[in-house]
Parts: sequence; structure tokens; C-alpha cells
Amino acid sequence: MSIKEIQEEIIADFAFFSDWMEKYEYIIELGKSLPLINDTYKDEAHLIKGCQSRVWLHAEMDGDVVRFSADSDAIITRGIIALLIRVLSGQPPEAIGQADLYFIDRIGLKEHLSPTRANGLVSMVKQMKLYGVALAAIEK
Amino acid sequence: MQPLPSLLDYPVEVLRQQFPLLQTTMNGKPLVFLDSAASSQKPQMVLEALDHYYRYTHANVHRGVYTLSQEATEAYEQGRRIARRFLNAAHDEEVLFVRGTTEAINLVAASYGRKYLQHGNEILLSGLEHHSNIVPWQLIAEATGAQIRVVPVLDNGELDLDAYRKLLGDRTRMVAVAHVSNTLGTINPVEEIIRLAHDRGVPVLLDGAQAAPHTTIDVQALDVDFYAFSGHKVYGPTGIGILYGKKKWLEELPPYQGGGEMIAQVTFEKTTYAELPHKFEAGTPDISGAVGLGAALQFVMDAGREAIALHEARLLEYTTGNLLEIDGLRIYGTAAEKAGVVSFLVDDIHPYDMGTILDQLGIAVRTGHHCTQPLMDRFGIPGTVRASFGMYNTREDVDRLITGVRKAVRMLK
Ligand SMILES: Cc1ncc(COP(=O)(O)O)c(C=O)c1O
Repeated sequence: MSIKEIQEEIIADFAFFSDWMEKYEYIIELGKSLPLINDTYKDEAHLIKGCQSRVWLHAEMDGDVVRFSADSDAIITRGIIALLIRVLSGQPPEAIGQADLYFIDRIGLKEHLSPTRANGLVSMVKQMKLYGVALAAIEK
Repeated sequence: MQPLPSLLDYPVEVLRQQFPLLQTTMNGKPLVFLDSAASSQKPQMVLEALDHYYRYTHANVHRGVYTLSQEATEAYEQGRRIARRFLNAAHDEEVLFVRGTTEAINLVAASYGRKYLQHGNEILLSGLEHHSNIVPWQLIAEATGAQIRVVPVLDNGELDLDAYRKLLGDRTRMVAVAHVSNTLGTINPVEEIIRLAHDRGVPVLLDGAQAAPHTTIDVQALDVDFYAFSGHKVYGPTGIGILYGKKKWLEELPPYQGGGEMIAQVTFEKTTYAELPHKFEAGTPDISGAVGLGAALQFVMDAGREAIALHEARLLEYTTGNLLEIDGLRIYGTAAEKAGVVSFLVDDIHPYDMGTILDQLGIAVRTGHHCTQPLMDRFGIPGTVRASFGMYNTREDVDRLITGVRKAVRMLK
């Protein structure tokens, strides 16, 4: 599936929730359930500093697609990371570099990706896209 | 423990009506504002004072011969006189307008440091300081070769006074500590801290950012050398605050910033400085801020600082008792004397997650390290959830908080 198709799928999933509680319960579930990153990557080199919660990010090529893994010490941040990985991991680097991540706004989580939230997510998305651009350049 | 007297005589509902922002909603729920330690909300009186000033009184201060400029100067100086009464300072000119606590401490560190600090001297801070009472001293220490020493914090959040006595030595040139901790709520034994420092001829600066909203301050009784606080935490506007300094110090210290207003005479060869307080108020000051701060401090004094302190102490006690009934909840800061704030964590729930759920419930608390990273390291935690009180908070606010925390715990566990 393309980045766009996955985003549409997530938007459709979220349309089922009737209030913020259900939405957050779902995000928390996502945050709890995922083995998101290999522990060896949870080090300084992979750390994206957010003042409130910390995020670790790792990327590698798998054939011609990029595999991301990531983690955070805050569960809600982890849940949102799980969504970002669902959208961007397994995609070709070029598509990642150019991705327009409109789903975040549409499912009402925009505030979590605001730079003032200081949770590391904004930097993480930037870093994911940067990986896309860089890996696309290397591929060529 | 003595039961505290009845709350009935404290008109919290009437006071609360004075704060327009408290009548609003957040995320569709009536706002529960428990972040006054970061910045308090503003009463109608302060908003009106600001509006009135700009509509009817504004002109630049201290230099006009015309009536309007004199009225603006009078309004500005009236703010200073109210602040003097608020602190019980001996002289108006000991009360300087600054941007806030941060600028006040930077001023003292820079001016005092330039004149008095040398290689090998020591500045004594404590382990519970806000970054703004750490970094200015680091800057001047670096410039002068002075060293910073730190009074440790005990497990309950009190300062280790035995260690303080030992750290105070022949090399100590300044003691700078918080009056009240913004993270733990500890009210430090500042009388004793000052007395011990003075016994050795060492001046003391108190960071009063968290004390000004919650206690009565008497700089003469304390005999403190410098006292700093921010207007925006005492129901006043942002961008204005007070540095109190004993006259003998302010006369000795070199100016912090140069410019207009602070000079007596300027030639390219030599400039002589204006009298106090103008020597430390370079440039056009925050005139409306001074007016608004005056209105806020008057409002607090009219409401009665003892009554406010008592009301907040009861809320703190009520909150603490109710929080402790929640399984797995730990309170950071259990000093015998506390004011204004309660910091906590529940099991291994991240403060960011707790804050996010409370936000959805319309409850504003602060999460994170509260600009006290060394203190967080001391307790080995990344941050806390902090609820803090103002004169306008009610038991219903606390009840909503407790229900909210319980709900967040159910969701996050
Ligand atoms: C204890 C303490 N000191 C200093 C400050 C800094 O105050 P301001 O940012 O208003 O200069 C604060 C505010 O957070 C504080 O709580």
C-alpha cells in the first residue's frame, strides 16, 4: 500500500471513535503492544531529545524500502510513533522524503506534533524524512 | 495536627469571579487551572489598570515637562511604592523594576560579580534551584574564576542545613537560594540561612518567584540583601518583576545595562550615573507593566496575604491527602513547611502521558522537569506532574484533579 492509502485507512479507523477517550485508549493500546525497536539502538546515537519525553529512532534499508524502528518513554508518544511507522516504514526512500503526513491533522492529533509540545515527535518526523531523502540519494 | 480554621470566611467564589480566564473552557470542559506556579491568571482590576493606563495616562516617563508625562511618571512610581509596601522595604529606591526573576538574578550576578568576585571565591547555591538561579551564576563564575558550591537536598525536599553550615566558608562571597521551591514546594528556612551567612559577612539573594504569591514578605525583618520576584506569578502582567536590593549594595554595584534614563551626565570621556533606582533602569521601562503590577500587588494585599496563604495551605493539605489514596502515587517534596505546589508520579506512568490525559479533561497541570534538572537528577526521575495553586482555586478544582488522575491511571496502566 502507498503512503496515501495507509493514511486513508488510519483516518477511516479513527472515524469509528466517538470521543477523545476511545481515541486515546486506542493510541495507548498501540503504544503498549508494539515491540518498536531493538534495544541495542536505544542509545545516545539514536536519541532525539524532546524536553518532555524522549524518542529513539533507527532506520535501515531492506531491499528497496526503508524499515524504521523507534521508541519513546511516554506511552502516548509511542502510540503515535506506531502510527508513523505504519505509514512510513516499508516505503521507498523517495516517497518518504516527499510524504505529506496529513493524517495526523485529520485524526485530531495535530497538537502532539506541535513544536511547542516538546515531545520529540516533530524532530522524529523530520529525521524520518531526512532518512528518506538521504537514502534515496545513496540509492542513486 | 491542629485543624485549620474554617474556610467559610475566605470568599473564594467572589475572588474567582474577578478572573475572566477562569470562566472559560479547555477542550470543551470548564477550565481547572492548576498551573499558577508557572504563571497565574489576571484579575479584572489588573486588566482595567492596563487598559486605563494606555487610554488615559500614557507618555514616556521621567523626562517630560508636560502634564501627561508627569502623570505617567506618577503612575509608574506609584507601582514602585506599592511594591515597596508589598516587600516592606525601607526605601522606594531599593525597589527596581526588571523584567522578572530571571533578569533580577542576572543583574545581581553580573553587577556583583564584576565588582566582588575573583578566582577562588565561592558562590553557594542549593540543589533545588530553578535554572534561572543557576545559569546566571555559572556565567559570572566562568568570567571571574569563581566556583559554585551546592547545598544538598534531603530526601524530603528540605535543604541539608548541616551541610550548609559546613559549606559556608572563608571563600564564600554570595549565597543565592530559593525562598520557596517551584518543584517541591519546600519553604526554605531563609531566616536561618541569612543569619548564618551574615555571621560570616556573606550577602544573600533570595529567589522569591514562588514565595511572592503565597507568603508575606518582609525584607527588613529578613535582613535579606537581594530579593527577586516576577509580576506574572503574583497576578500581574508578564514582562515585569522586582529586584529589591539593600541601598548600601545598590549604591556600590556598577550598573547592569547602559542607556538613557540611567545617566546623570554623558560625555564621550566619562559618564556619571543617575541616582537610584534609575541607575539600574536603563531605557524606557515597562511603564504599563509597573502600573499593572502595582494593581496586582494591591489586589493581593487587599485580599489579605495571610488569608490567601491559609486558603492555599488547606487546599494543599486536601490535595495531598486525596492524592495519597491513589495506589502507586508518590509525592516528591514532603517538607514540613510547604507552599503552593504538589509534585507527584504514579507508578511508572510518564508525566507527559498523565498531562495529556488531564489536558483532555480540561485540567491544566505542568509536567516535566520544571526548569530544575539538577533536582530531578537528585531524585533520579525525568520529571513530575505538578499541580499548583492560586488564591482562586477551590476544592472542586482539586476534586476534578483527583478524578482526572484516577481516570488517567486507569487508561495508562
Ligand atoms: C523558583 C523560580 N525562580 C525563577 C523563575 C523564573 O521566573 P521568570 O521566568 O518569571 O523570570 C521561576 C519561574 O518559573 C521560578 O519558579
